Amino acid sequence: MQRRHVVQYGAAGVGAVALMLGVGWWRADGPGAPKPAGQRPLPLSAMDFRLTDHEGNEVGPETLIGRPTMVFFGFTYCPDVCPTTLSDISGWLEDLGDEAAQMNVVFITVDPERDTVEAMAEYVGYFHPAIRGWTGPANQVARAAEGFRASYERVPAEGGDYTMNHTASVFLFDAKGELVTMIDYHEPREFAVPKIRRALKEDVEGVT
Amino acid sequence: MNKLPYINGLTLVLLLSAMSAPAFAGSEDVVVENAWSRASIGVNRPGAAYMTVHNTGEDTVTLTGLTTPLAVMPQIHETKTNADGVSSMAPADEITIEPGQSVALEPGGLHAMLMKLQNPMIEGETFPLTLTFSDGGEVTVEVPILGIAARGPES
Repeated sequence: MQRRHVVQYGAAGVGAVALMLGVGWWRADGPGAPKPAGQRPLPLSAMDFRLTDHEGNEVGPETLIGRPTMVFFGFTYCPDVCPTTLSDISGWLEDLGDEAAQMNVVFITVDPERDTVEAMAEYVGYFHPAIRGWTGPANQVARAAEGFRASYERVPAEGGDYTMNHTASVFLFDAKGELVTMIDYHEPREFAVPKIRRALKEDVEGVT
Repeated sequence: MNKLPYINGLTLVLLLSAMSAPAFAGSEDVVVENAWSRASIGVNRPGAAYMTVHNTGEDTVTLTGLTTPLAVMPQIHETKTNADGVSSMAPADEITIEPGQSVALEPGGLHAMLMKLQNPMIEGETFPLTLTFSDGGEVTVEVPILGIAARGPES
């Protein structure tokens, strides 16, 4: 009887392992694998939009070419994802220290109606000083998002307010303005700093 | 939040009554740990608070809602990010916590969304947040307000 139990448990164990492997396959390579995130962003040199930074300067994609660049879309009325990502970015910049000193770091609002230049200035002031906040007319924000292949949508909230759904990935470009990679919101955050180093390194390789 | 002694007194009474007479099936064994929130800019933007809700008892508990004198509409929301990297936020369903289990309200997932703030959330202050459970019990926690760029309960 005892031996039979052992065999049964053994069989159950093998079954459980097989199930876990199956689940792993399904998630990593099978139909459960993340879909490729739409289209990849255009090179910065192929984008065309005119925005204003939080200090009132006129800016566009050409402002970013010549230095490695990190871009994130969000809005200042966002209570969770945006402050989390901006504080993550601040942490990565602190980790990189001087390595990232020459990097452009830009937070582009998807909610220009509420995010005026003044609102952006106040908001980015709470995060790493390298972070620039860009806003502008709705049609120019739309053109910027189109270039980055970012999406956003206004969603009514209770009480007459609204919130924004938006692409929460961080885009990394090299100094020539070519996309290096993206940091997805749901990927383990410790992958971020090595990815930023890649954008910085490709800059060095591009120069030499 | 010192301007609201009435509410503080009320939550104290509730806490004391919960401790002295465990009349609720389950929620008196709920322990809230590592609560924190970020400072707000004024009162127009919604705030968010995070914590771990631990069910130390032997009955399943269901978290059904929130109340706080800080916000007119506190709600548990959940951020979801889809395969295309698009994040969206919506009110969460009731949260069931099995005996011995915890639920984490943390950045990028479940969070206490504080809509229609009555007062600005000022770094260094705290505010009371009451969690209500399906058995009628309540647990009130003082939530510390950290900086806008805080990343967790320690920073």
